[in-house]
Amino acid sequence: MIEFLRRLFGQTGSSATAKERLRLVLMTDHLELAPEMIETMKRDLIEVISRHVEVDRERIDVTFERQDRTLAMLANVPILSVNRPNGNGARKQTRPPVRRRRRRKKAQLGGSVPARAGAT
Amino acid sequence: MQQLRNDLIRSEASELREEATGVILSEASERSEEAKSKDGRAIVITSGKGGVGKTTTTANLGTALAVRGARVVLVDADVGLRNLDILLGLESRVKHHLLDVLEERVQVEDALVPGKHTDGLFLLAAAQAREKDDVETLRMQALIASLRERFDYVLIDSPAGIELGFRNAVAGADEAVVVCTPEVAAVRDVDRVVGLLGNRFRPQLIINRLRPALVRKGKMLSVEDVNGILRLPLLGVIADEPEIIITTNRGEPLALRMQTPTGAAYHAIAARIAGDDVAAPMPAQAKASLFERLGAMLGGKRR
Repeated sequence: MIEFLRRLFGQTGSSATAKERLRLVLMTDHLELAPEMIETMKRDLIEVISRHVEVDRERIDVTFERQDRTLAMLANVPILSVNRPNGNGARKQTRPPVRRRRRRKKAQLGGSVPARAGAT
Repeated sequence: MQQLRNDLIRSEASELREEATGVILSEASERSEEAKSKDGRAIVITSGKGGVGKTTTTANLGTALAVRGARVVLVDADVGLRNLDILLGLESRVKHHLLDVLEERVQVEDALVPGKHTDGLFLLAAAQAREKDDVETLRMQALIASLRERFDYVLIDSPAGIELGFRNAVAGADEAVVVCTPEVAAVRDVDRVVGLLGNRFRPQLIINRLRPALVRKGKMLSVEDVNGILRLPLLGVIADEPEIIITTNRGEPLALRMQTPTGAAYHAIAARIAGDDVAAPMPAQAKASLFERLGAMLGGKRR
């Protein structure tokens, strides 16, 4: 059985696997070596999102996760209030996550609206 | 030690490869510009990962440069694990070592061992019974600087790792050659080392131990795979040849045999280091017809 699998996968070329692993491992390495870059990115992210909604800056959490074949950036951005131009006020429901693609990184914006969000 | 750690952490923080300034190594750059131009070149040969062929590369490039007529000194900076003398067949002639010189027990002239097979090649062996931490960085820098006044090339064989031993090996150099094998771990480590070196050392790449037959079958990372990621100036590619083992057994660097493909590849790399306009050597594509293979086998046995 193992021999069969080995044949099956061996023929497809293990160098492709090596290349893929290398690409991912280097991405994680570079992120680890650049904590200030992540900080800058976080700031930029907050700035952009803040143009549209009011976010809880203290509780923003950005992490990186290795998924099957990609590296994903997961950003958890608690939203304090949503000011809509037509004056409808904040929505109480949790907004569905907005997905943004930036090259290979997936930015997942999981918005949660705390109870006090309705204050404005 | 704590200070060192802090330095390292601080340097890591400011280090995306492109903008790395070689913080930890910057003290080495204080020599005056005019002294640099007059002197020979100090090149550190390094890799991060162990066992990729740094020492073999150092021995062969040193030999090839000396065959070209340059005056070359090879400094074994792998203190505690002396190897370079073995590859050059000089193990029985080493009387004094790097630490004897650094700690001023002997003059550097007395510690240099002339090469067996090549004129103009000298070895400064590492200490075997000491530790890497025993080397003082500033003294190492001063030693390399003084060697550069007398030699055209000072090749420094760095130990594996990125700790003090590596930093001492790098301290006196102003150029770097990084050796990488087509393996995930080796490429990752080279990437890290290049980040630590920063731009000042203008690192150039040698891909070692490539097996063209495996690459062709998609079972080994190719030159393009490796350098697509590292993106370094490529000095050349050395194939994984049984000849290397044989010559290592004998203590005669393969670069002495210019007629062999790998020997010629080392000479081409040496020529590129010297500034000649020659192409980066690549191992022959293993088209490997049965006839060719038989030929190679017979050729190998005749020796």
